[in-house]
Amino acid sequence: MTPWWAAAGEGRLLLQRCRACGHLQHYPRALCTACGGTDLGWQESAGRGVVDSFTVVHRAPSPGHRPPYVVARVRLDEGPILLTNLVGDAGWHCDQRVRLAWRALDDGRRLPVFEKE
Amino acid sequence: MTVAIAGAAESDLGVTGRSIMELQTQAVTGALADAGLGLADVDGLATAGVSRFSATQVADYLGIRPSWSDSTFAGGSAFEMYVARAAQAIEAGQCTTVLISYGSDQRSARSRSLAGVLEPHTPEAEFEAPYGPLYPISYYAMAAQRYLHVHGAGREDLAEVAVAAREWALLNPRAYRHGAGPLTVEDVLASPMVSSPLTVADCCLVTDGGGAIVLTSLERARDLRRPPVVVLGYGEATTHTGMATADDLLRPGSIESGRRAFAMAGLRPRDVDVAQLYDSFTITVLLTLEALGFCGPGEAGDLVRSRALPYNTNGGGLSYCHPGMYGLLLLVEAVRQLRGECGPRQVAGAEIALAHGTGGIFSTHATVLLGADR
Repeated sequence: MTPWWAAAGEGRLLLQRCRACGHLQHYPRALCTACGGTDLGWQESAGRGVVDSFTVVHRAPSPGHRPPYVVARVRLDEGPILLTNLVGDAGWHCDQRVRLAWRALDDGRRLPVFEKE
Repeated sequence: MTVAIAGAAESDLGVTGRSIMELQTQAVTGALADAGLGLADVDGLATAGVSRFSATQVADYLGIRPSWSDSTFAGGSAFEMYVARAAQAIEAGQCTTVLISYGSDQRSARSRSLAGVLEPHTPEAEFEAPYGPLYPISYYAMAAQRYLHVHGAGREDLAEVAVAAREWALLNPRAYRHGAGPLTVEDVLASPMVSSPLTVADCCLVTDGGGAIVLTSLERARDLRRPPVVVLGYGEATTHTGMATADDLLRPGSIESGRRAFAMAGLRPRDVDVAQLYDSFTITVLLTLEALGFCGPGEAGDLVRSRALPYNTNGGGLSYCHPGMYGLLLLVEAVRQLRGECGPRQVAGAEIALAHGTGGIFSTHATVLLGADR
């Protein structure tokens, strides 16, 4: 299991941090997209951010997804954007503040999702 | 050397019961006949969506051995990219006569999936698929949601794009919705929601279809059967595959592709008489109109309502035909408008046309400017 998924299993959302320029990025890569450096480490996200945008999905892309559910882009306070789900009842709107929550997947992994702050 | 489009054709469209190769053949033979050329004249071939070896596959099927080929896979914008590559190859002397072709049987074969096609080794499969986005619609839906939020627009601004497309389709006998009658904003708003705020009626059609164009030097095209359509400029931008990569959903790569194409042609948006814009979804049109400079940010709804700019005159992907990748058919309609052969939907005196392809999830962008040879 990669460090990112291992940390997720412990309820920690990791962002990749470039040791050369300090750039934070998600998803994890073998290089920094800001400076091209390959010396990368991790920083734990505080798990706070805003809804950049969202969509309520009404049809399942594959078995295992039960619509309706909310797919969103969350812009973390640290900068990177994640594709995620918004959970819980809320009159969702763009720029709404959200905080990290977790959902267990059938395969044992834990998935970072977000709920109303 | 200036390059021109010397021939253009559609294949059967809609629900055809024909294979990809049959549709490719119809398109290729139609475009060559239009140009007054034969397969023996073809020494360049560009196509996609056939197999892993798309251009090679079609060359084999047609029985030709081209000295230049391209199967760049960039979704719906690939065909606008091929125009650029073909012009460069002809100018460089690598070939003289290029076929750009496409065919899809996705409707008859029922091969379209709401999940899209995601290779399991990609970051999107690992970090995005678990959240269940529909591909590509959920990305465009998020762009639409952001658009409504930032500009204080309403779903009726999106819906008007589908209404305008239907108006053109009613003038085009080849359009899938030609006989469907007018569409209203209320119809679109009441259509079943797929990925909010986009309904079924905000989404392009799922049909079979195909087309082809033939390019050669302008000098040679002037001696051929049909009036040449001159390639004036092109530009492209490749931006992302992930749904979380773009910093601003409202600033797609068409801003750059359009700027590059207009600079190369020495033209401005107001010089364009007719535009063919990839309308995968209604929001695609609003953002593309703004990105290409036809209006300012947040103004596309009013521009569409005004009907001031003739665009998607065949009815577009929303009401004419959308065979998986629609980019080739944008070029066919642009050529026909510049040749003045569009009958009731002809834009009077059209001399400059723009074709803009969008692929994936606003992933790839390619703009082509074409002109009548006058």
